[in-house]
Amino acid sequence: MLIFEQAAGLVFQPYVLMVILASAAFGMLVGAIPGLTATMATALLVPMTFFMDPVPAIAAIVTATAMAIFAGDIPAALLRMPGTPANAAYVEDAYRMTQSGRGDEALGAALVFSAIGGLFGAVVLMTVSPTLAEIALKFSSEEYFWLVLLGLSCAVFVNPGSPTRGLISLLIGLFVATIGMENPSGEPRFSFGNLELMAGIQFIPAMIGLFAVSEVLRTVTATSPRQKIPRSDGGGIFRSQWKNLKQYPVQTVRGSVTGTALGILPGAGADIAAWISYAISKRFSKQKAKFGTGHVEGLVEAGASNNSAVSGAWIPALVFGIPGDSITAIVIGVLYIKGINPGPTIFINDPQTVYAIFMVFILANLIMLPLGWLAIRGARPLLSIPPSTLMPMILMFCIVGSFAIANSMAGIVMMLVFGIIGFFMEENDIPIAPAILGMVLGPMLEQNFITSMIKGDGSVLHFFERPIAAGLGVFTILIWLFPLLMLILRRRSKATVAA
Amino acid sequence: MLRRTLLCSALALASTALTVPAMAQSAYPERPIQMIVPWGAGGGTDAVARIIGTMLQQELGVPVNVVNRTGGSGVVGHSAIATAKPDGYTIGIATIEIDMMHWQGLTDLTYKDFDFLAMVNADPGSVMVSVDSPYKTLPDLLAAIKEKPAGTFKASGTGQGGIWHLGLAGWMMSHGLKPDQVTWVPSQGAAPGITDMVAGGVDLVPAALAEGRSMIDAKRVVGLGSMSSERQDLFPDVPTLKESVDSDWTLAVWRTVAAPKGLPEDVAAKLGAALEKAYNSPEYKKFMNERGFGMRWADGKETTRIVAEDDATLGTIMKEAGLAK
Repeated sequence: MLIFEQAAGLVFQPYVLMVILASAAFGMLVGAIPGLTATMATALLVPMTFFMDPVPAIAAIVTATAMAIFAGDIPAALLRMPGTPANAAYVEDAYRMTQSGRGDEALGAALVFSAIGGLFGAVVLMTVSPTLAEIALKFSSEEYFWLVLLGLSCAVFVNPGSPTRGLISLLIGLFVATIGMENPSGEPRFSFGNLELMAGIQFIPAMIGLFAVSEVLRTVTATSPRQKIPRSDGGGIFRSQWKNLKQYPVQTVRGSVTGTALGILPGAGADIAAWISYAISKRFSKQKAKFGTGHVEGLVEAGASNNSAVSGAWIPALVFGIPGDSITAIVIGVLYIKGINPGPTIFINDPQTVYAIFMVFILANLIMLPLGWLAIRGARPLLSIPPSTLMPMILMFCIVGSFAIANSMAGIVMMLVFGIIGFFMEENDIPIAPAILGMVLGPMLEQNFITSMIKGDGSVLHFFERPIAAGLGVFTILIWLFPLLMLILRRRSKATVAA
Repeated sequence: MLRRTLLCSALALASTALTVPAMAQSAYPERPIQMIVPWGAGGGTDAVARIIGTMLQQELGVPVNVVNRTGGSGVVGHSAIATAKPDGYTIGIATIEIDMMHWQGLTDLTYKDFDFLAMVNADPGSVMVSVDSPYKTLPDLLAAIKEKPAGTFKASGTGQGGIWHLGLAGWMMSHGLKPDQVTWVPSQGAAPGITDMVAGGVDLVPAALAEGRSMIDAKRVVGLGSMSSERQDLFPDVPTLKESVDSDWTLAVWRTVAAPKGLPEDVAAKLGAALEKAYNSPEYKKFMNERGFGMRWADGKETTRIVAEDDATLGTIMKEAGLAK
């Protein structure tokens, strides 16, 4: 108990609380601007943390990143401009909800279930970190290969329309992922000697283009005047969430568990977590048809999932100094600078600091509720701006965001090109979501496939040689064969009935 | 009225245009300096750039903005430094990849396109194995690598043709073995490579000891040898390759502060002096020690010599290993 008191003493000081509040506002601002990511927020904070004590330094980063990831949902819901690949999983539902006057409910759900997921992840982090980190250490490229294939199978579920069109979209995404030289062989592909293409297609500009610019183009070319967005009933940010929680308790828990589990794996993380959770949600939902049309269920599950994954990523980072994502990679550096060396002994050598960090996690997820509420209220006037003014503004945001990601004009060009691609895809009823999934998972699929093949000296059986990999592999193949098996069984039972 | 305003602004513009270059020589620096980092935010190079940037800012009295220009395995950022105006307002961090990418045929850019100001860090390569590895010493490991057929052992820690891949190939060649005696498994960097080694995916990782520090501290990874001429201060228990297996092979990745070619001499002198002060500050030393990065100082001239020497060595290895174009 003494340790907790000491830890609380480290956290509940006016200075530390001020730092938390200031970095929360900073994170909220960065996250809400499309194109500026949580990673960028962290990198910008690092020089400031040089002059702070360990606890406020880590607190600043924890708070800013938690806020930034939630705030990415705001432009996603209002402008169809997802801030991170994780937000992209449910952007369609959130945006459609806003269009039908339920923007407050959509953002409220994103806020509340992000906080719940984050808190869940923090509790797991506090209680069973060392054990879980041991399991994460057993994952090599073979295991990740199957995991990524499982993720790709989600394309079937996230896809609202015909399977063929979904497949076309997925293949477009996978093709885009092959461009550049960031592949296992290090050979430039489809780059035509262009330096910028050698770097590959930057993800954020492509995503902004596919979702936001295509929407701008559609509005501009629409012949019938756009329907006015019905006004929100006001004050509904939190009111409907209690109902959602009561209606979807299983989804909330499932999303949090999936998110934490994938977050712990250094090769997976929040992006995959949100997509897999969305797919699970749809697969087991009683209202499958409503997904993608402005239904809150997937948002609840995937929203909880991506924030719990962010907490989960801290587990291997603290226990073994293994970065689970680009944010924890920066954090590990800061921990070293502050003399808190990550490792299994961190819980023995520095318990008060570690527990102080845990407390900050909880505080950050709690402070997110009022601040998020303010941010949602603040962003609401955007919706009453007439399209003729709003669309140029969105385009401007798109341009700034695409430029900021690598400080290069190439980002803007890519964004515009993908805007046109996205426009034509949607005009032909080809969904965008599977393409994004392909772009996220394509490089991981290739990397893990090639490295496993090299390790196995070219033997395909190598994918089943390690116990966890074998289990995952059999599971994945069963999932694929499941519809076929069902079909055969059904035919057979019909045949017996007929006989 | 309008005409007069126009005339005034034209005059004002002309006068600034005329005076700025003149002022630049006398009162450099008088506006913010941009520092380009060819690698992503949050990586080791980014961290070093940001601390150096902060210290330079204090030293020179103008803001130093760190800008990440990533992509193309560093080609994009290095080109951005080399093609900037050599006025001292755009500098950057050049890394050892500048000695590799032109051999790979990725770019025409070489170290000759830069004016080097200083070297501020160097981290020697090493040989690391998992604590579960049957080989507890470097001679044991080397004997097994020699004895078993080529390709039995697998190593990881950078992409294909990356610096640690060359480090391994160079070490193999120093014992008269083929550069691909140990199969290279490309990874996204040292950390994923080390994680994979602990998961049982590969046998060894030849990256810098600093990159495996947390896992070494956690007793999951053991450093068997260091690719340096002397033992490293932060890892005194790890012998050099020379001590352990009598190999002359050494390799260190370094980070230098560089400017586009043709920097005025007075500007170079001022930046060089400011960098030396920044390097010697207790803050920098503390930062580097805590992160486990190796301290290494060389002035502009010495840096150019080291960079040129590595360029030749790496070129030889890359040709031998079939990685050069």
